[in-house]
Amino acid sequence: MPPMSQTTTPQTATSPIISVSGLTKTYASGFQALKSVDLDIRKGEIFALLGPNGAGKTTLISIICGLVNPTTGTVRADGHDIVTDYRAARAAIGLVPQELTTDAFETVRATVGFSRGLFGKRKDPALVEQVLKDLSLWDKRDSQIRTLSGGMKRRVMIAKALAHEPRILFLDEPTAGVDVELRQDMWQMVRRLRDNGVTIILTTHYIEEAEEMADRVGVISKGEIILVEDKVELMRKLGRKQLTLSLQAPLAELPPALSTFDLALATGGEELVYTYDTKAERTGITTLLQALSEAGIRFSDLRTSQSSLEDIFVSLVRDRS
Amino acid sequence: MKTLDTSPPGINWPAIAAIYRFEMARTLRTPLQSVVSPVLSTSLYFVVFGAAIGSRMQAIDDVQYGAFIVPGLIMLTLLTQSIANASFAIYFPKFTGTIYELLSAPVAWWEVVIGYVGAAATKSIVLGLIILLTATFFVPLRIAHPGFMLMFLVLTAITFSLFGFIIGIWADGFEKLQVIPLLVVTPLAFLGGSFYSIEMLPPLWRTVALFNPVVYLISGFRWSFFGKADVGVAVSLGMTLVFLAGCIAAVAWIFRTGYRLKN
Repeated sequence: MPPMSQTTTPQTATSPIISVSGLTKTYASGFQALKSVDLDIRKGEIFALLGPNGAGKTTLISIICGLVNPTTGTVRADGHDIVTDYRAARAAIGLVPQELTTDAFETVRATVGFSRGLFGKRKDPALVEQVLKDLSLWDKRDSQIRTLSGGMKRRVMIAKALAHEPRILFLDEPTAGVDVELRQDMWQMVRRLRDNGVTIILTTHYIEEAEEMADRVGVISKGEIILVEDKVELMRKLGRKQLTLSLQAPLAELPPALSTFDLALATGGEELVYTYDTKAERTGITTLLQALSEAGIRFSDLRTSQSSLEDIFVSLVRDRS
Repeated sequence: MKTLDTSPPGINWPAIAAIYRFEMARTLRTPLQSVVSPVLSTSLYFVVFGAAIGSRMQAIDDVQYGAFIVPGLIMLTLLTQSIANASFAIYFPKFTGTIYELLSAPVAWWEVVIGYVGAAATKSIVLGLIILLTATFFVPLRIAHPGFMLMFLVLTAITFSLFGFIIGIWADGFEKLQVIPLLVVTPLAFLGGSFYSIEMLPPLWRTVALFNPVVYLISGFRWSFFGKADVGVAVSLGMTLVFLAGCIAAVAWIFRTGYRLKN
């Protein structure tokens, strides 16, 4: 990966590299894409922005990168306001948009060099060579972009975003329609960049991706950031499962012998719901079933369910309203 | 607060150079369309109007008809090629979506304009000079005021490249991209005195013609060749500059508001 420009200005671990406050966006159609978003991205982290389609992920990224005008609110990137000091802010940012949009007749090397110039950097053939090699594009350097496969074009877009040695990299749905090999290459590259001090913000609607890559996860739904959490903590929440037992005889209340378990009665005492953590060393299912048997509680059926990302969204949104 | 160590303060020269080079490379990839085709069509005009018909026409202002039409033909090419080049240059990234990079780059609107309009104007000027050279094979030419000739050439190329740039941003389909050049600019250019002096028109139409901005361009340009003009050369220059200023104001407004570029 390109050597990152070494700035030694001391910066505390808590000072955000991107700071979004009170950001709203209402499109001309009247659609409110963002409703007062506040978000801090820490320097050097991999931040995954999760959310269903139409949640506002791309709008948020587009505003930070200068593609969409904000309605109200401010964004600071690398310490610079994205509107009043857009040159300095944008020079620090690299963007790989979701849509596969490239020139057709340019060569790979020319288009990457073009990007570097556009972002105000002097020509540096050695650096462009390194970026192309890192993305396995060096063999294709003199090919016209239109002759490349979809996966190769995606690599070209990443190379363009890295050509000016950005300190912040946005990857909007980087793995949409991408094969396994490129996905692996991409995650390797993201880790290398992070090791070089680059802050990476990626959007996805796959929880597995966030799980694999991110340090922190933000969940956006209907234009609002409804949760920002360390990945480990979020995984614990997402990792919860429920075991529902249909009882032969309804219970009026939980017997004291079962008070140590995370139990709840449902549907008028006909069902017993046990919530447990799949990531824990012990789920406690065996002991629960033993305790139930000892307490003489019989059940006619059982089922387990796992809270999906969609469920988490729904419950989070419901909790807020 | 940090500053970027490699980012030049003030003007983003690398960006202007990158856009300019990108656009020039696009032209060089398509020499048939960019250079050969305009030269061929102009040569056809010389053969038909200059040699075939022109030999039966009387001289205008003591200038042989074949030579008389040279400045108008160059202007005609300059107008249409400037508009076509610049409008396509900015329309195409909008159409394919690659404009995202331009919008996310640390460039000021006028740097983008200098890159695109500079390249489009360069092509037009080179083309104009090639046509001028071509013309010398068909008719005897003298240029009374070469300095003014170049100035009108450059000013017109820049002004109409800017105009084309505006059309390219305004257009949201290929039809709109064509409609202004075909339905407005070409008629104005033909009626602007490319092939005749507006002195040859009946009085009423002469007055109407004065509302055609192209009349001033062609008149001024023809004056730089033959020292004779339909309208005063200062008026020609003034009208060109007014149109240039109008285009610059429109482009500034477009980028300030994000019109047709940003949501």
